[in-house]
Amino acid sequence: MTTEHVDIRSIRSRRTWWQGTVRLLKSAPPTAIFGMAVIAFYFFCALFAPWIAPYSESEIVGKAYELPSAAHWFGLDQIGRDTLSRVIFGARNTIGIALLTVLISFSIGGSLGIYSAVTRGWLDTILSRFVDILMSIPVLIFALMLLAMAGKSIANLIFILAVLDSTRVFRLARNTALSVAVQDFVEAAKLRGEKLPWIVFREIVPNILPPLIAEFGLRFCFVFLTIAALSFLGVGIQPPTADWGSMVAESKTLITFGRPQPLIPAAAIALLTVAVNFVVDWFLHKTSGLRDEK
Amino acid sequence: MKSDAKKTTARVKGSTLVEMKGVKIEGYSDDKWHPIIKGINLTLKRGEVVGLIGESGAGKSTLGLAAMGYTKPGCRISGGSIHFDGKDLLAASREELRSLWGSRIAYVAQSASASFNPAHHLMDQVVESACNHGVMDREAAEKDARDLYKRLQLPNPDAIGERYPHQVSGGQLQRIMTAMAMSCRPDLIIFDEPTTALDVTTQVEVLAAMRRIVEEFDTAAIYITHDLAVVAQMAHRIMVLRYGNLVEENETRAMLKKPSQDYTKTLWAVRKLEKKESKGADIALSVQAVDASYSGMMKVLENVTVRLPRGRTVSVVGESGSGKSTLARAITGLLPISKGRIEFNGKVLPPRLQDRDRDTLRRIQMIYQSADTALNPRQTVRDIIGRPVEFYLSYTGAKKDRRIVELLEAIELTEDFIDRYPGELSGGQKQRISIARALAAEPELIICDEVTSALDQIVQEEILRLLMKLQKDNNLSYLFITHDIATVRAISDEIVVMYKGKVVQQGLKSEVLNPPYPPYTELLLSSVPQMDPDWLTKLLKSRAA
Repeated sequence: MTTEHVDIRSIRSRRTWWQGTVRLLKSAPPTAIFGMAVIAFYFFCALFAPWIAPYSESEIVGKAYELPSAAHWFGLDQIGRDTLSRVIFGARNTIGIALLTVLISFSIGGSLGIYSAVTRGWLDTILSRFVDILMSIPVLIFALMLLAMAGKSIANLIFILAVLDSTRVFRLARNTALSVAVQDFVEAAKLRGEKLPWIVFREIVPNILPPLIAEFGLRFCFVFLTIAALSFLGVGIQPPTADWGSMVAESKTLITFGRPQPLIPAAAIALLTVAVNFVVDWFLHKTSGLRDEK
Repeated sequence: MKSDAKKTTARVKGSTLVEMKGVKIEGYSDDKWHPIIKGINLTLKRGEVVGLIGESGAGKSTLGLAAMGYTKPGCRISGGSIHFDGKDLLAASREELRSLWGSRIAYVAQSASASFNPAHHLMDQVVESACNHGVMDREAAEKDARDLYKRLQLPNPDAIGERYPHQVSGGQLQRIMTAMAMSCRPDLIIFDEPTTALDVTTQVEVLAAMRRIVEEFDTAAIYITHDLAVVAQMAHRIMVLRYGNLVEENETRAMLKKPSQDYTKTLWAVRKLEKKESKGADIALSVQAVDASYSGMMKVLENVTVRLPRGRTVSVVGESGSGKSTLARAITGLLPISKGRIEFNGKVLPPRLQDRDRDTLRRIQMIYQSADTALNPRQTVRDIIGRPVEFYLSYTGAKKDRRIVELLEAIELTEDFIDRYPGELSGGQKQRISIARALAAEPELIICDEVTSALDQIVQEEILRLLMKLQKDNNLSYLFITHDIATVRAISDEIVVMYKGKVVQQGLKSEVLNPPYPPYTELLLSSVPQMDPDWLTKLLKSRAA
């Protein structure tokens, strides 16, 4: 009984896609703008690493543990590779692998989750219980065990993390899809005689996209944190490929000599995590329909 | 001591309890503050009941809540003054307000089932405010609550408090909520559409109980509703609101007899619409001795037989749980029937939706109660109406667009609406789009499930008029499911009365709505509130006799 009187409201003029985007960006809070800038910068580094980085990722350019200088801003690592170059290449590896993992886990978890929500029945029950079992085991320990069994390769790493992570995506997709699937417009589509693909992609997916996109951002953070953790433990990305987690691990003893070197890749991890979270926060706030009062 | 002295002055009947002067309230949306209440005065004396009526969006709930110094999140009081028993509520701190709320001012919400915590016994929740405010200790409060249950004529008043909210009916829950509000013997109760979600037969009991208890304790009340007949039973004085302004204010009887403003007159005048009944011989849909049940358990339909003549409207009436919506699900095939058969155009309909061919599906369309959930919020009007055109009739491109515009014109909207999303439409417009979607399939039968019950009275009238016009133009048959007798009177040719999954009566409108009645039909019809302020009193007297 409190809905606004829309009868008397004037017709809103349509904005073009570009005008809409500009308007949206203008309304973004500073944290979100900061987050987007950082993410854009990271992706830029990841894409153009060979052109930006002063040296290549595995090239030995001087003595081990050389101090920072004009030629090597962040100094050299334990076998004399340029730390700055390795941080830049690390962006490419860490982000690339994390992105691929999240994409795979979303295709598995998302499709199964939505399918179970729409069809219900025995398949839904089996999948849900299976996911419960998987989720009861801590991801890091489970991943360590599986990697030990399957062998340390990047393909294995991506696949194992994607499967483990897809359980979380499954739950979210299933629950959000379920709340949409019981709405009258889905029933109306069924009554019209629509087939499953239409019901899923035209009726349900557009309505559950905002939480899924937000989850994508958060999952991305978790995955690359997990990759960094696994690399730190020595089972993730293998040398000589540059990766922030293993870089922290390789130079960790330097911290006892008061050298900031291990903090640099760690800061790269932290900054990206914070940036993604800022953007996701804003996006969730935008799409949740909460009022932003001043 | 000072506050005690004040309390006693307020207890004197006829003294002013609430005084609101020039109250202005604004709400925040689209980055701007919009006025919701544009300067309204309201004075309430002790023991007096004021009815606030108006359509949705008129600001009645907002004004009612403001009387307790509260605004919903996203709203603010931007002007005027609000005094409760001499105390300035706008200047009062949150703590002071909190101590008033629950103890001296109580609120009864529309949906009792959403307002109770499902995890606690009813008794715990009823006595909570009395205990927290230190009015009584737990034992005294429970004793008092049982006494209130008795006065509110709840069954088994000594034990009902031990139940959980889901174990009692909606009408009982609404009365328990009233008991909760009364537990501290407040000076003011705000009733916000307390009977809107109830069936008419239950509504009578709840109204009678609330009226009695308010009179007994000499409580002042603000009664918010959109139902004129209900407010006529409850209020001493009526205030009509529209777009946040006060349209008219008067004593109930005077107002009902002679409204002075045009808007009030139109409110009073609705439901002049009445279709002339006519009997049809050509049967379009015939439901024959049908049983249906959910997952093989309890039967929700038992031996149901309904005949729907072509080009006519058959209304199915009954309370919630009578099986009228299940009948619709059985006809559409969503709930396959377990016994009997359903014939459409003389051919047996396959019970299961999956077994029906596309052309059969096209001929039977459905319109839902709530257009909010019946329209996909992420699709434009073009997608919503265009899909059946494309799906059943294989129109594409410009031909499809032309057809969409034709349909928009048929439902009395313009082509400007084609790119709008449901969120950009009013309730009535959304329901029109639902109608257009059904119409787009060029159906023969449309099942209308409570299509007007979520709408304001004036909008209801427009929708009913539109449905009648479309029926005439396209020779449509309607199966019209509703609990609202006024709607039934307006639109039907024939009426089916259902009770607990069985058909009690089917016949022409004139037969069903005139005596002699079967007992249940009589109960149902007599429970429909009338615009006569003495209706409830008379009804209770006649039922007691």
